[in-house]
Amino acid sequence: MNAEIVIIGAGISGVSIAYNLANKGVKNIVVFDSEYLTSGSTGRCGAGVRQQWGTKMNCLLAKKSVEFFEKAQEVLQYPRDIEFKQEGYLIVATNELEDEQFTKNVLLQQSLGIPVKKLTPLEAKQIVPHLNIDKIVSATYCKTDGHLNPFTMTEAYYLAAKRLGVTFYFHEKVTDIIVENNKIQKVITNKREVQTHKVVNAAGGYSKEVAKLANVDVPVFSENHEILVTEPIEKIQGPMVISFALNIYCQQVPHGSFIMGRSDPFMPHSHNIESSWKFLDEMAKTAVGLLPPLGELRVVRQWGGLYNISPDRQPIIGGTKELEGFYLACGFSGHGFMFAPMTGLLLSEIILEEPTTIDINELHLDRFKDGDFNAYETSVV
Amino acid sequence: MNEKNIIICRCEDVTLQDIYRLMNEGYTSFEELKRILRIGMGPCQGNTCGQLLQREIAKFLEVPLDQVKTQKVRPLTTGVKLKSIVEATKNER
Repeated sequence: MNAEIVIIGAGISGVSIAYNLANKGVKNIVVFDSEYLTSGSTGRCGAGVRQQWGTKMNCLLAKKSVEFFEKAQEVLQYPRDIEFKQEGYLIVATNELEDEQFTKNVLLQQSLGIPVKKLTPLEAKQIVPHLNIDKIVSATYCKTDGHLNPFTMTEAYYLAAKRLGVTFYFHEKVTDIIVENNKIQKVITNKREVQTHKVVNAAGGYSKEVAKLANVDVPVFSENHEILVTEPIEKIQGPMVISFALNIYCQQVPHGSFIMGRSDPFMPHSHNIESSWKFLDEMAKTAVGLLPPLGELRVVRQWGGLYNISPDRQPIIGGTKELEGFYLACGFSGHGFMFAPMTGLLLSEIILEEPTTIDINELHLDRFKDGDFNAYETSVV
Repeated sequence: MNEKNIIICRCEDVTLQDIYRLMNEGYTSFEELKRILRIGMGPCQGNTCGQLLQREIAKFLEVPLDQVKTQKVRPLTTGVKLKSIVEATKNER
């Protein structure tokens, strides 16, 4: 068989890219996933969408993505509910250094039109009454941030892409990408061979390995980030609460349960996604310390998922100079879900050689070649 | 008995009708159905619905039962309060 474009990965990035290309009239798009829809990082993420970032690129990607999420249900004509709930993100500063950084972040975010404001601890407590403000110096709040269901949002793109003629193959693993005369010729899976000259690498936690199949080196690595969910209760918390210094994000989803996660600075680079007691201990202490009434909630389940991390913790979106027809959407550093609408739109524009909606030269793989990239995203849990 | 009155997942209130509908849409594994219906995500973690759903999938796909995977089993084995975990770690050094 042959394909105009092969997309590797049916997580949120892959389905958004497929939808955007098909929506622009591209025919014969094929998507492969080694497992099933949202089986990787998308289906394991914290289900949050925020615009409060420390770098301009991340702010812009997030802001324009939120604008799409607001109308996604209608645009994609999705029969189920994407559960987009805009009740904000409350990010708390616990020391002077963070407070200073947040003042800078808010100025940047406001300059880009993101409706964020700086709050005193008491103002923060009005938004989340059960917040322990003893350790808090200040907070920032953006009311249009919020929650989005990763499963249904991905399915919404998937169904829309299928209606536009995109073909999906699940449980089918890409095992090789054949390059001749510096041009892609074939994609080989465990079930078939596909003649194509264009390949999109949206393989999330496995994007480095997929790039290697085409002999392209991408400086990303994957690491396990753990997360847990509690039993559901009546609604007590509107926004997602985050602290970078305390190392926690925690939200109550529309279903009523609380989802919370934190990172482990000593986590080795690997594809391990197992759960650990160490995470459970640390997560419980951090959550109960910052949001004391949550101590009464029973933990129902814990799991892990991969962050695919780039050197500046901003995504890599674009083509590659090494190999014509090879495109990357990876290195999202834990935030591919919330940037997906822009990932799909921008990469479709790049592939079709159209002018891009925003200038994303800064997100090209080449920024890492001489090691002097200017930005570094600090707002990551 | 009407399929919409047969509860398969008590925790998340999923009926046999919900499952048939999704299987007819092409979602025929536990993990796929779980992600859309929340089946198996409640307090019992699939201990009640796991085998029921396995049987329904096997019937639908017309394959032997042992070819249908049940849900991924994750910690915790039972619900534990966050504050109990905090208390339990207090005396550790």
